[in-house]
Amino acid sequence: MFEQITPFLIFFSAALLVGLLPANLRRWAVIIAPLVGLLNLWSLPAETISTWPFLHEQLIPMRVDKLSTLFGILFHIAALIGGIYSFHLRDRVQQVAGLLYAGSALGAVFAGDLLTLYIFWELLAISSAFLILARHTDKSKSAALRYLLIQVGSGLILLAGLVFHYHRTGSLAFNTLSLEEISGALIFLAFGIKACFPGLHNWLTDAYPEATPTGAVFLSAFTTKVAVYAFARAFPGAEPLIYIGATMAMFPIFYAVIENDLRRVLCYSMINQIGFMLVGIGLGTNLGINGAVAHAFNDVIFKGLLFMSMGAVLLRTGRMNGSDLGGLYKSMPLTTGFCMVGAASISAFPLFSGFVSKSMVMVAALNLNHEMVWLMLLFASAGVFHHAGIKIPFFAFYAHDSGIRCKEAPTNMLIAMGLASFLCIFNGSYPWFLYDLLPMEMNYNPYDITHVLTQVQLLFFSALAFVLLKKYNIYPPELVSTNIDAEWLYRRMLPGFMRIIGNSIGRAITGISSSIGGTTLWIAQTTKPQRTFLFKHDQTTNSSAILVLLFLGGYLVMFMY
Amino acid sequence: MNEKIHIFDKPANIKRLLTIFYSLCGVLLLLEFVVHRHSAIEADQIPGFYAFYGLTACVILVILAKQMRKLVMRSEDYYQSNDNEDAAVTVREDTHV
Repeated sequence: MFEQITPFLIFFSAALLVGLLPANLRRWAVIIAPLVGLLNLWSLPAETISTWPFLHEQLIPMRVDKLSTLFGILFHIAALIGGIYSFHLRDRVQQVAGLLYAGSALGAVFAGDLLTLYIFWELLAISSAFLILARHTDKSKSAALRYLLIQVGSGLILLAGLVFHYHRTGSLAFNTLSLEEISGALIFLAFGIKACFPGLHNWLTDAYPEATPTGAVFLSAFTTKVAVYAFARAFPGAEPLIYIGATMAMFPIFYAVIENDLRRVLCYSMINQIGFMLVGIGLGTNLGINGAVAHAFNDVIFKGLLFMSMGAVLLRTGRMNGSDLGGLYKSMPLTTGFCMVGAASISAFPLFSGFVSKSMVMVAALNLNHEMVWLMLLFASAGVFHHAGIKIPFFAFYAHDSGIRCKEAPTNMLIAMGLASFLCIFNGSYPWFLYDLLPMEMNYNPYDITHVLTQVQLLFFSALAFVLLKKYNIYPPELVSTNIDAEWLYRRMLPGFMRIIGNSIGRAITGISSSIGGTTLWIAQTTKPQRTFLFKHDQTTNSSAILVLLFLGGYLVMFMY
Repeated sequence: MNEKIHIFDKPANIKRLLTIFYSLCGVLLLLEFVVHRHSAIEADQIPGFYAFYGLTACVILVILAKQMRKLVMRSEDYYQSNDNEDAAVTVREDTHV
């Protein structure tokens, strides 16, 4: 029926169409595009490469193999679920952005060369920023700008890496890269920003909670998982990933416990889950890689489900803080049920999807005698149940009754959540379908008595800790607050630092000028307004300018090197 | 306004739920001595390792996170006040909640 259409083209054409269609047809186009895309994906031969001449190089806009196909299927499913979830929307900007965003993610995972990857890497950043901007609040606007800046920055580092790589090897092919080379290290860093390496993770917890209810569902699916894919493709077995991943699995859970905005809690738990995936990739064994990508697959669906349930709460109540919510199971029983399925899946309860994929990474760690890493991941497993599995449903739907009475989520949202819930339970209860899609050969069975018993023990006693801490009032209450994280460096320290420098320069100029007698008045008058213009502007612009300067400086240093 | 009484509006139901939960925890711990499980590392041969680990991990997690609040918690508009106002203002607004 189809003649090998590169997957992203279907989404980009649909985006163009949605740009022209009236509202009641647009929303159908958003659902039909991923369905057509899935059909197309089905018809693609298992191993294909299509090339496209570019200057004196061959670009590879489509490379189909098991790894790219797995992510291809996943992103189609995520786009479909997201499309159904946002079916009630009449906002053209969000619909176009959603399709372009999903298309860019597909473009990136099917890219066979670094230049194509780079183009889609930047398109991902730009298209997704509109899903944050579309919230139309001051907070979302400045968050979107910061987000865009960091994402585009990641792309520029990728570009620098690919230039070095091309210079050294004469090839643009996107295959395994070496961390020993500066090109590999730069690309590793670019991927690391998108994958939320510790300290580079803040764009996620900053921007996603400011997105629209439907926008956050799209956002949770694509950007970070493209980065996971890119790591699996380029850096399997890179040892630093094991330790970076283990750190990522650990530190966000502390923030998640004290965070009040429930969608931000989900963002922290997202970093924690990506940590598991990076450990798997860093281990580099068949089981490790399979575990990482299988977990990415499951994570997109259960994290999407959790974001959908919170999006429904936000839509119906206009609130997202744990301190404002509670008792919503009375008004939104179905959403509550779906949220609990997502919670059980992320916590890796037997029969739910997290159970069959998270353990693969943990067993892979033990197979290579990484016992400390295994203990850290076990801690993170208990912790994720604590904050994502219990805290999210408890503070939104149970806890004390907030007195909020609202309508159940719209039907289209319920259908989308139902579909995601079905996939969570299906993958958890019958993992063989997913296992068949995995890129590596392996022999693994998640359902043996030891695994089931130990996992249930771990989870029940984590829950017991919650019950006891709550009972004896040790559990920290939800408080209206901001918890500062690494973003403090560029939203507070750097601007403050620049302000001091700016003021001293201003003062110096004024000082010098005053000593030059007659010209004093003239210079002082002209420099003062300038100083106000440069350094008393709003913080985003200021930090943006500084970051751009830093990047440019960095490039200069690199090229001289 | 006669609102419907929901399941957890009755304290007895909450108590019942907790009793079931505690008993399940007990059963899971006892199963340890019935089911023969193979061990992954040396430490987990200790009976009840996973139960103990889950419980202590979460208690430590919560207690540390609570202490962390002292270090990282600021007022909700911490960054807004910074983004929109002048340098002079930012010096005096570090108020902890």
